[in-house]
Amino acid sequence: MNEYQTIAAGLLSSGTAAMVIGYSEGSAKRVRPVFFTRPEEASTLVFDSRCVQNIAVYLTKKEIRTEGKIAIIASLPVMRSIIQLASEHQLSEEKIIVIGITPSGEVKQFNGFDALDAYVSSTTIEIEARYREKIEQVEKMTLTERWNFWKNELSACFKCYACRAACPMCYCTRCTVEMNQPQWIPVPSHTLGNFEWHIMRAMHLAGRCVDCNACAEACPLGIPFNLLTKQMILQFKKDFGGYNPSLKGLNILSSYLPDDKENFIQ
Amino acid sequence: MIESYLLQSSSLTKLFNKLIETRHIYAPVKKGMVTSFNRVESLEEVAKDYIQTTISAKSILFLRNEILFHYKQENGDVKIMEPDLQRIPELVIWGCRPCDAKSFKSLHSVFNWDYKDIIYSSREARSAIISFSCNQADEYCFCTSAGSGPGHTEGSDILLTKLKSGDYLAEILTEKGQLIRDMIPAIFETPSSESKEDNLARIPIVFDTAGLKQKLEQAWNSELWITQSMRCLGCGACAFVCPSCSCFDIQDEKHGKEGVRSRCWDSCGFSLFTRHTSGHNPRETQAERWRQRIMHKFSYLPDQQGFTGCTGCGRCSRACPADMNIREHLAALINDSTSPENRVA
Repeated sequence: MNEYQTIAAGLLSSGTAAMVIGYSEGSAKRVRPVFFTRPEEASTLVFDSRCVQNIAVYLTKKEIRTEGKIAIIASLPVMRSIIQLASEHQLSEEKIIVIGITPSGEVKQFNGFDALDAYVSSTTIEIEARYREKIEQVEKMTLTERWNFWKNELSACFKCYACRAACPMCYCTRCTVEMNQPQWIPVPSHTLGNFEWHIMRAMHLAGRCVDCNACAEACPLGIPFNLLTKQMILQFKKDFGGYNPSLKGLNILSSYLPDDKENFIQ
Repeated sequence: MIESYLLQSSSLTKLFNKLIETRHIYAPVKKGMVTSFNRVESLEEVAKDYIQTTISAKSILFLRNEILFHYKQENGDVKIMEPDLQRIPELVIWGCRPCDAKSFKSLHSVFNWDYKDIIYSSREARSAIISFSCNQADEYCFCTSAGSGPGHTEGSDILLTKLKSGDYLAEILTEKGQLIRDMIPAIFETPSSESKEDNLARIPIVFDTAGLKQKLEQAWNSELWITQSMRCLGCGACAFVCPSCSCFDIQDEKHGKEGVRSRCWDSCGFSLFTRHTSGHNPRETQAERWRQRIMHKFSYLPDQQGFTGCTGCGRCSRACPADMNIREHLAALINDSTSPENRVA
């Protein structure tokens, strides 16, 4: 067994963890999330570039929360999600063990959030060049061209909400699209309803999105709505010098400092 | 009533061009990684190599967002303006797979159950389905276990099977199919002796639906509902790409004194689908919602309409962001021994 499999098996056999969440081989050369409770299952855990689904999404699910202490095989985006969720008081430290695998393949076990926070803070969210280029292209468009670009892309959406379901930050038990007194966002998947949905979702992720790409990977129609969240991250970089999920720092969009350079709120 | 003809490969364009003179044609179009049914103007636009479209042909007859009527408040009264069904054009669904064609049977049954839905029925009455047999399949396909098959004829008006020569075997299956043949009779020639079966994809049978139904009747308390659905994210991707899922939601959109009432696709996988106004949800967990999806397709619908609500197209498995593989899960349910009912037996 390799290092993370051995750690996972050890945590289960000692009873330190009740369940390990990770990835195993799935269908058609894909990987799938797995929920192991027996140490002998750990040898089928896999971790490679196919593991793009963000499995931090399961940590806030009621079905999983009741399982006891959870160990999770975590890529860097999963680790970032855990810190972001913790900073939003959605996870309790004593119920999670993080078996982190860094981008260089180093396995690091984190038993508390402080150590994980320190590791996550030492990294930076970088938007991949191919997305930066696409965003630049869209930004260079005239207003009409940009409107048509998004109209064309977003009108395909049939509102299966796979983007929302795949996102660890979309943990609200009642989403804005489900509010119907009044109905804020139109339910039908017509162009207007789709615009409102995707813009609302992007806005709710401002300063929170960890750029894991799970939403876009989940979309069965390949709609590039992740350009919206990626653009915001680039904008934060320009305006605030970037951000990283953190337990110590301030959440950019929900914090206020008296010496803020903008004075409209004073 | 099956009449077989040979359609030369060059005649395919002639058939298409004849049809487009008087009808709207919807066919698979590839954009990026996604192939879906769009209205096309020429045969060149139609995708060539696709095992299955991402979205099913259902989307042409059962719109994802259908305006049922407009309404207007006027002088203390409400005026209802129903859609003009006469304006629905004659349609051809070109290039759908036999599994999609068969699933229209399921949609027809739902939209004609206790109430004849005139919008769906009008569109259905004006549609002709020209399907293409499958000469390739992938590991998600399981039509042969779900009462369909790569050359299954049910639901199609004309079924075309590509032969090794590049020509097509054309099976005229219905009166609508005959009407199309009569529009351009010269291209329908005497068939060659080449067998249809030799030109179809081989798709192994993994279970039989009757056995599955019997097993499901004992499986209400199976632990598999929980273990299989643990990774389910609760989105609607499976239902929205499915050719036979027919659940919908009714929505009113009002602007001032007028508005529209629409029928929108919905999914039993959403927790909101069954949530009551009180907040109580009779299907509280994803496991219960997963059970409903499987039971509805393979137990309840066979009881109500005599056939399954699944034709084995495999789209739900391909689309699932968490790799829920329906073929694999059904096979596991057939061999399940975890439900108390089965243990007693």
